[in-house]
Amino acid sequence: MEFFVQLLIDGLTLGGMYALIALGFTLVYGILLMINFAHAEMFMTGGFIGYGVLNLLSNESTIATASDFFAPLSILQSTQPFFTTTALGFILMMLIVFGVAAVLTGLLGMTIERFAYRPLRNSPRLCALISALGMSLFLQNFVLLAVGHRMVFPTPEFLANLNAVPLFGSIRIAPIDLIIFVTCLVLLFTLDRFVSKSKLGKAMRATSQDKDAAGLMGININSVIALTFFIGPALGAVAGTFFGLKYGVVTFNMGLFPGIKAFTAAVLGGIGNLRGAMLGGFLIGVLEALASGYLSIAYRDVITFAILILILIFRPGGLLGESVVEKV
Amino acid sequence: MTNTKNTSKNTTAAYEDQAVKGKPSAAEAVFGNIAKPMFSGKKATTPLKIALTALLLVVLFVLPIYLQGMGEALLLASLVGIGLYVILALGLNIVIGYAGMLDFGRMAFYAVGTYAAIILAIPLANLLGPSLEGLVFPVVMVGAGLVAAFVGWLLSLPVMRLRGDYLAIVTLGFGEIVRITLQNNPFDLTNGLLGLPKSGDFMPSPPFFEYLRDTVQWAIGNEFFFTVTRNVYWYYMVLIMLIIAIIVVRNQDNSRLGRSWAAMREDEVAASAMGVNITKAKTWAFVLGAFWGGIAGACFGFFLGGISPEPFSFLNSVIVLAIVVIGGMGSIPGVLVGGVLIMGFPELIRWFAMNHLGQAGGDIQSMVANFRNLFLGLLMVIMMAVRTEGLIPMKPKFYKLFGKAKSGKGDNSDASAATTGAAPKGGAGS
Amino acid sequence: MNKVVAEHQGYLMQATNATIQFGGLRAVDSVNMNIEAGTIVALIGPNGAGKTTFFNLLTGIYTPTEGEILFEGRSVSGKKTHVIADWGISRTFQNIRLFKEMTVLENVMVGRHVRTHSGFFGATFRTPSFRREERQIQEDAERWLDFVGLTDHANDLAANLPYGAQRRLEIARALATEPKLVCLDEPAAGMNESESADLDDLILRIRDELNITVFLIEHDMKVVMNLAEYIYVLDFGKLIAEGLPAEIQSNPAVIEAYLGQDMEAAIKAKRQALLESRGEKVATPPATPAPEAAPEEAVMDSDGVVMVMDADIKEKNDAA
Repeated sequence: MEFFVQLLIDGLTLGGMYALIALGFTLVYGILLMINFAHAEMFMTGGFIGYGVLNLLSNESTIATASDFFAPLSILQSTQPFFTTTALGFILMMLIVFGVAAVLTGLLGMTIERFAYRPLRNSPRLCALISALGMSLFLQNFVLLAVGHRMVFPTPEFLANLNAVPLFGSIRIAPIDLIIFVTCLVLLFTLDRFVSKSKLGKAMRATSQDKDAAGLMGININSVIALTFFIGPALGAVAGTFFGLKYGVVTFNMGLFPGIKAFTAAVLGGIGNLRGAMLGGFLIGVLEALASGYLSIAYRDVITFAILILILIFRPGGLLGESVVEKV
Repeated sequence: MTNTKNTSKNTTAAYEDQAVKGKPSAAEAVFGNIAKPMFSGKKATTPLKIALTALLLVVLFVLPIYLQGMGEALLLASLVGIGLYVILALGLNIVIGYAGMLDFGRMAFYAVGTYAAIILAIPLANLLGPSLEGLVFPVVMVGAGLVAAFVGWLLSLPVMRLRGDYLAIVTLGFGEIVRITLQNNPFDLTNGLLGLPKSGDFMPSPPFFEYLRDTVQWAIGNEFFFTVTRNVYWYYMVLIMLIIAIIVVRNQDNSRLGRSWAAMREDEVAASAMGVNITKAKTWAFVLGAFWGGIAGACFGFFLGGISPEPFSFLNSVIVLAIVVIGGMGSIPGVLVGGVLIMGFPELIRWFAMNHLGQAGGDIQSMVANFRNLFLGLLMVIMMAVRTEGLIPMKPKFYKLFGKAKSGKGDNSDASAATTGAAPKGGAGS
Repeated sequence: MNKVVAEHQGYLMQATNATIQFGGLRAVDSVNMNIEAGTIVALIGPNGAGKTTFFNLLTGIYTPTEGEILFEGRSVSGKKTHVIADWGISRTFQNIRLFKEMTVLENVMVGRHVRTHSGFFGATFRTPSFRREERQIQEDAERWLDFVGLTDHANDLAANLPYGAQRRLEIARALATEPKLVCLDEPAAGMNESESADLDDLILRIRDELNITVFLIEHDMKVVMNLAEYIYVLDFGKLIAEGLPAEIQSNPAVIEAYLGQDMEAAIKAKRQALLESRGEKVATPPATPAPEAAPEEAVMDSDGVVMVMDADIKEKNDAA
C-alpha cells in the first residue's frame, strides 16, 4: 500500500510535468493541425535556460565568471546568500528562474513559428512535420555545441535543507515534488480559465474551430498563432526547469522521451482538447510510475510507446476527443 | 435524330485528324534525340546519361585501388558506412518517396536485419561446417532481408488506416520499442547492451574473403601491392548490393506496382476509385522498404563482426530520413547524392582533421557529427520552406508513345480502335 | 437497347432507401433510384443537396447507414472502393482529383490497374509477361487519351493541363477502368460554351460507341437537357423529383429552382409540397422513359438506340 501510494505520488509529479508539455502539443495541434515535433526541445531548452539563470543567481563561481565578462553582474554576488538561504529569497529566485526560462523559451517558440512554420502553413502537413523534426535536430545540437551535452543542475541550499513533508503513516513527499505538483495544478487551472474566459482565449478557441471564419470576424490569426507558440513553449520551459530541479541534471537530448510521453498524453486525452491533455498527462505519469514499480523499469518506456500506438490505432480521437469524419 | 449522330461522327473525325497530325510532332518535341529505350522499350535515356553512369561505375570500382595506393585505406570503412546508409535510404525512399508515408523509425528494420543475420549466422555456420562457411553470409543476408520484411508486414497491419502524421509517430515509437527491447536481452537472444556475438561465438567469414585476401596481389607501380583487405572486401560487397538495390527499386518504381504507389501518394481516394487496392499498395511499400533495411543490416553486422544496440538510435533514423528528404523524395539520384553529402561530409572532415591536423579521432569525430546534425536540422527546415522536392527532384516518367491507335490502321477511326481494343470485355489486360 | 430485358431482369444500378447520416445530418436521405443499362441519367440539385455524397456511397467511399445500393444485383455496402471499381463503376470528381505530379499518360495507365495483374515479382524481375502487360497498358492508355483527344499532352504533367483538358483526362482515366457505369461529377463545371459542347459529344460517344452507362451530376442545365434521358432531382438529401427531361422541365419546383432567378430559395420553399405530391412516385419510379414521352425525348432516345445498333454493326465489320 505504501509502495503504491509512493508510486502514485511519483506518478502525479511526473504527470504534472507531462501535462504541462502536453498542453503545448495540444494547443498547436488544435490550431494548426500540426504535430510540433520541436516542442520536446522547448522542454529541453527551457531546462537549460533555467539551469543558466539558477546558476547565475545561486552559484558563486558562475557569478564570478559572469562578472568578469560583464561587470554590473557582480551585484549578484551580494544577493546570492539571500536567494539561496532564506525562504523569501528562494521563492523570489524561483519566480525569476521560471519567469526568465518561460519568457525566453516562449519567445524562441514564437521565433520558430515565424520562420520555420509560417511559410509552410499551406503546404502538406507532412512538410511541417519534417520541418519540425529538423528544428528539433537543430536545437538539440545547438544546445549541445553551445552549452554541453550534460549539465549538473544546482540545488539551492534552502531547498536542500527542507525536510520531506510527512503525509500520513510513513508516506512522505519530497519538497520538490510538492512544489512541482502544486505549481502544475495552479498553472493548469490558470490556463484553463484563460482559454475559456479571457478574450484572447476565446480568440484562440475560435481560431482552432475555423481559421478562416475567425479571420473574417476580425481576429488576427497570426497573433493568435504566435500567442499559442508562446504559451506552449513557456509551459514546456517550466516543466524542463522542474525536471532539472527534480533529477539534478539536464541533457541536450532529454526532450525526446518526455516529449513522446507528453504527446502520448495529448493523444490519450484527445489531441486539441486542453483538459484532455491535462488528464492524459497525469494518467501517463501515474501509469509510467506504476509500470516501473510493478512491472519492469527496463520496459517502462516500451509500455508508454505501446499505449501510444494502441490509442492511435484503436481510438485516435482519444478519451475526450471526438472522432472526425474526413471530408472527401 | 440525325443531328446528334452527325455531330458525334464529325467530332470523331476531328479527334482523328488532330491525333494524326499531333502524333509525330509530340513525339519529336519530347524525345528529339532518343538513343535507346531502356528496359521494356518505353523509357527513354540519353547517351549522355548512360556515359555518365558508366563513368561513375568505373570510378566507384577503381576507387579502392586508388585509395589503398594513397595509403588512405581507412576511408574505405567510411565509404562502407555511407553505402549502407544509402541502401537504407533507398528502402525508406520506397515508403516516403514513392508511397508517400512518413517513417520515423527506419532503424527498427536495420536493427532487426543486423540482429537476425548474426543470430542466424552462428548456428548456421556450425551446421554447415568450415568448408561451406562462405555460404553463411549470402543465406543469412537474404534471411535477414526476409525477417525485416516480415517485421515490416507485421507493422503494416495495425497502421494501415493511420493518417500521415500519426503514422510517423507510430513508426518512431516502434523504432524505439525495437531498440529498447534489444537492450533488454529478450529470451537471451540479443545479449543486451553487450551485444552479439556472445563471447565464445565467432562470426563466420563471408564468401571468398580468405581466398581473395590471399591471392590478389596486384603490383601497382614499384612499391605498392593492391590487396583485398577486410575494408576493400566490404566496400565491393556493399557497392554490389547497392547497385542491385538501385536496379530492383527502380524496376519496382517503373511498374504497375510503382504506379499504384504514386497514385496513392498523389490522391488516395482517386487511386482507390481507379481500382488501386490501397491496403495492398501500402503493405508492399512497407515490406519492400523494410527488406532493404534487413539487407543493409546483415552487411552491417558482418562488416563490424558484431553488434550492440547503440547504432540504432532515433537520431540515426532521422539521418536516414534527412538523406531522403534533402536528396529528393522519390528520386534515386537524389537519395544517392543526399547520402553521399550527409554521410560523407563529416567523414571527410574527420579524415582531414585526423590526417592533416594531427588531431585525435574521437573528439573531432563527435564534434563534426554534431555540427553536421546542426546543419542537417537547419537544412531540413529550409528545404521544407523553399524546396520541398529536394536537391534532385523526382522526375516525371516520360514514355515513348507507340502511337498505335493511328499508325498502321490507316483510315480507321481512332475511336473505334479504342472501342475494340479497350472497351469492356475487350482484348486488353491479358 | 434491350429495354425489355432490362425491365424484366432488373437494373444496372438500383438504390433502395439509401441513407447516410453524419451526426445529425442525413446527407443522403432514403433515396430510391434505378439506372438502366445503356442510358444517360442525370442527378441534379442545388449545392449541398447530397449529389456527390450519393456518388461517394455508390463508389464505396462511404457506406450507407441505411438502405442498400445494388450494382448488377450485388450490394456495394461495405465493399472497398477498389472492389467496386473492379465490378465496373468508375467516376470523376467534382474538384478534379488527378494524380497531379504524374504525366497525363500515367494517369490513364493507373486507370488500367484494375484490369491488369502483374505484381511484385514481375516488376522486380521484369519477366516477359510483365513487359507484355506494361506494353499493353501503355497502348490501351494511349487509346483512351486518343478517345478524349489528349494524345498531344501524353507526356505533360497532369497539373499543367488547362482546366477543360483536366476534366477530359479524368474521364479518360475513368474509362480506362473499363466501367459498365461511369459517374461524372460536374464534368462541365468551369467550361466555356465550346468546351461544354465538345463535352456533350464526348459523353454521347461514351454511351453510343462504348456502350457505357453514364450517370451524371451537372449544374449546367443545357448539358443536362441535351444529354440526359432520365433525371433525378435531389435536395437536402431527399429525392424531390424525377422523370424525363420534359417532365423535369415542366416541373414547377425545378423551373423555379433552375430556370428562375432565385434557385435555392425557390427549391427550398417548394421542397415540402413537392415531397408530398411526388411521394408515391418516388417509391415506384417508372422503369423506363414512358413511350408517350415528349417527342424531343423520344427522338433522343430512339437516336440512342440507332447509335448503339450502328456501333454494333461497325464492330462486326471491323472484326470481319
